[in-house]
Amino acid sequence: MTPLLVTKGLSRHFGGLRAVDSVDFTLMPGEIRAVIGPNGAGKTTFVSLVSGRIQPSSGAIVFDGADITSQPAYVRVRQGIAYTFQITSVFANLSAYDNVALPVQRTLSDGRSKGAVKAGVMTALERTGLADRAHMPAGQLSYGHQRLLEVAMGLALKPRLLILDEPTQGLADSEIDNFIALVREIARSATVLLIEHNMPVVMQLADRITVFNAGKILAEGTPEAIRENAAVQEAYLGTAP
Amino acid sequence: MHFGPHLLLAALEGLVTSAVLALTALGLSLVFGVMRVVNVAHGEFFMLGAVLAWAISTAISGHPALGFLAALVIAPLIVGAIALVAERLVLRRLNYNPEATIVATIGMLYIIQQLALTFYGPEARPVEPPFSYRILLPWFGYSGYKLSIIAASALLLIVTWLVLTRTRIGLIMRATQYDSETAQAFGIPVDRVYGGVFALGAMLAAIAAVLIVPISQAHYLMGQDPLLLSFIVVIIGGLGSLRGTVVAAVLIGLSDGIISMFFSPTLAKIIATLLVAMVLVFRPQGLFGTASR
Amino acid sequence: MNEASPARAYALHLGVIALLFALSFVLPEYYHGLLARIMVLAVFAMGYNMLFGYVGLLSLGHAMFFGAGLYGAGLAIIQLGWGVPLAFLGGVACGALLALVIGLLALRTTGVAFMIVTMMFAQVFYLLILYFAAWTGGDQGQVVPQPARVLNFGATSLDLTNPTVRYMTALVLFSLVLLVMLAIVRSRYGRVLVAIRENEERTKMLGYDTFSNKLMAVVVSGTICAASGAAYALLFGYVGSSFASVQYSILPLLWVLLGGAATTLGPLIGTVFMYYVIDVTSGYTSAYLLIVGIALILLVLFFPKGILGSIRQRWLGWLP
Repeated sequence: MTPLLVTKGLSRHFGGLRAVDSVDFTLMPGEIRAVIGPNGAGKTTFVSLVSGRIQPSSGAIVFDGADITSQPAYVRVRQGIAYTFQITSVFANLSAYDNVALPVQRTLSDGRSKGAVKAGVMTALERTGLADRAHMPAGQLSYGHQRLLEVAMGLALKPRLLILDEPTQGLADSEIDNFIALVREIARSATVLLIEHNMPVVMQLADRITVFNAGKILAEGTPEAIRENAAVQEAYLGTAP
Repeated sequence: MHFGPHLLLAALEGLVTSAVLALTALGLSLVFGVMRVVNVAHGEFFMLGAVLAWAISTAISGHPALGFLAALVIAPLIVGAIALVAERLVLRRLNYNPEATIVATIGMLYIIQQLALTFYGPEARPVEPPFSYRILLPWFGYSGYKLSIIAASALLLIVTWLVLTRTRIGLIMRATQYDSETAQAFGIPVDRVYGGVFALGAMLAAIAAVLIVPISQAHYLMGQDPLLLSFIVVIIGGLGSLRGTVVAAVLIGLSDGIISMFFSPTLAKIIATLLVAMVLVFRPQGLFGTASR
Repeated sequence: MNEASPARAYALHLGVIALLFALSFVLPEYYHGLLARIMVLAVFAMGYNMLFGYVGLLSLGHAMFFGAGLYGAGLAIIQLGWGVPLAFLGGVACGALLALVIGLLALRTTGVAFMIVTMMFAQVFYLLILYFAAWTGGDQGQVVPQPARVLNFGATSLDLTNPTVRYMTALVLFSLVLLVMLAIVRSRYGRVLVAIRENEERTKMLGYDTFSNKLMAVVVSGTICAASGAAYALLFGYVGSSFASVQYSILPLLWVLLGGAATTLGPLIGTVFMYYVIDVTSGYTSAYLLIVGIALILLVLFFPKGILGSIRQRWLGWLP
């Protein structure tokens, strides 16, 4: 089976800081992969490089067998890499419906009929449980609902790779349980790359875990293997605040 | 006249333009650098300075130098006060939002221009120079007053530079420019700094206008060209850089003087404006600081 | 925005058009010319609003697009002897082409730099008109002669200098552009433009090529403004450099701010209102720039959403 995503020697420097330092990373289709690591380990920079929000200093990114290193972000999105933001950035002045309609209308291939947009939007809103709030301005939704709306927008892109950057940050415990169920459901049709600090969530969801530290991959393996890994324990207990 | 002397004359005229331009552009640059505000009404403060200089010098009888000196002191103070009031009443309430302030300063431009037309009238009026000594060169005589403009401007630029780099006020201004929120946290009254910088910027334009008015007459539309040229200087010279502003002013002033002597001034303006627009398009980060977000 | 009451929105817009049609029978002769002028200039404001209101790009140089249409159409008649329809299309094409070039350049900048760059390009355009005075008439301007402003269809002819014909022609242009704007705003493309205004980075991450979308918006906006300029030359018979000056870049901004940015009917309301204010105050003062200046400052200080924007916020959320 060809990997869905491969990075070779991927690096990004900010001045003297090596935020991401020569990372070789492989992701198989259908996986739920968690990326963990201390603050400042380079996780968000890494997924930003994959999604194309920032350009690498060196290295290559291959998606589904094709080199996408030099492609702008919007082209990558069209090829199936969706990114949901760490800091919620829904369109606050637009309704929840319009927020989701934006990704839906772009992915429609037949294009012309209004019914298709509406059906697509309502499907995504129903999957995230936001259907009854479709006409509220997104900025007036509760924080938890805004995070869900962010996921709904990611879903509506019909991605092959969905990157979730700290999706449970700021959610209540009850909301987190629903969220875990939602990610499992998404994983049936898409590969999921999840940056997460909440370890119980990581342990429940991930097929495999990649641990970042100081811009490099420190370890990679099943949740059990990572739990037992001495180097990981040291990175977390020794250097994490 | 032969080509050489002709060129010398053009260069001298260009230096006079540069001297006035450097002061005017410095005012614009300070305001933009510290407050991140593009003041479209800057040229009108220049015009106000000239018009007030006429009013003051005609009100004072006696030797022309007396009226001129009075104008050189009083006109910038009045203009600074007007700018301060405008800043307090309008810009501060807009929270210095870049786009809203541009629209507001356009509004100020129209108001000042129209008031000048109403109360001063459409005529161009001269101010008598403080002295009329002519320096005799082998090829032509040249106005001593024009040379003194260059000297006065250089002096003012040096003083400004000293204030910015050597004094506490300068330090406060630079701190505010660098990071206004941190400056605020360290107890710098950012709000008052903004008011002061806006007034200072307008005063520099007014001083420049008082200096130039004995050789170019006061007119209610005279603010347009200095505004455009100041924009050009600020963009070419880079922001917050006093040295860049002076170098660019000399460059623009000289080339404007020399080019308009040999070509049509309209063509010179077209080429200069187009070039600067292209600089902004292709090198916005290097030449326009972080203004473009 | 797509879901809410399409019928109500279309009814309102058709109602406004019908009202303007009816006014031509009710109003005294004097107002015909004025209202025709306002309708043509409202088209200019609608073109400006397309970019400023919906995409959030504040241009200070739209006079060049109006000027491109004005001179494109006017000079085609005066210098080249073209007929009215061809001259109109020529003017519109000039504006579209200019907008494409300016868009490709200016859209490399954002924020304050975009405002300054557009202002400078417009200044170059204005100075070019002065420089080629032999052809353009410079700041004196030129009159488009009356015989050249007559449309001939075989036996019948349409004289654009006739007040009624002029009024109806302006109304047709205005209605067309208004309905096109309504359609754009309610379309998927309109939704993308608003998304770019609200958060361009996020829009990119939904797979949109925001540069192309913005470029398209600049071209549509420039084309509409050029149509207004071309119509102005043909209906009022005068082309002059003052129409390309900075002031004519500021006026549409003022009209749109006043009527309400990002509303379809705001540009018309702003233009009418501003003309009304100037008409009323002209009895007391000739200082109309003073009023423009004060209006600009009061608007940004106290009334940034404009007339229709505030009405939409308070009462009529469905207004397009």
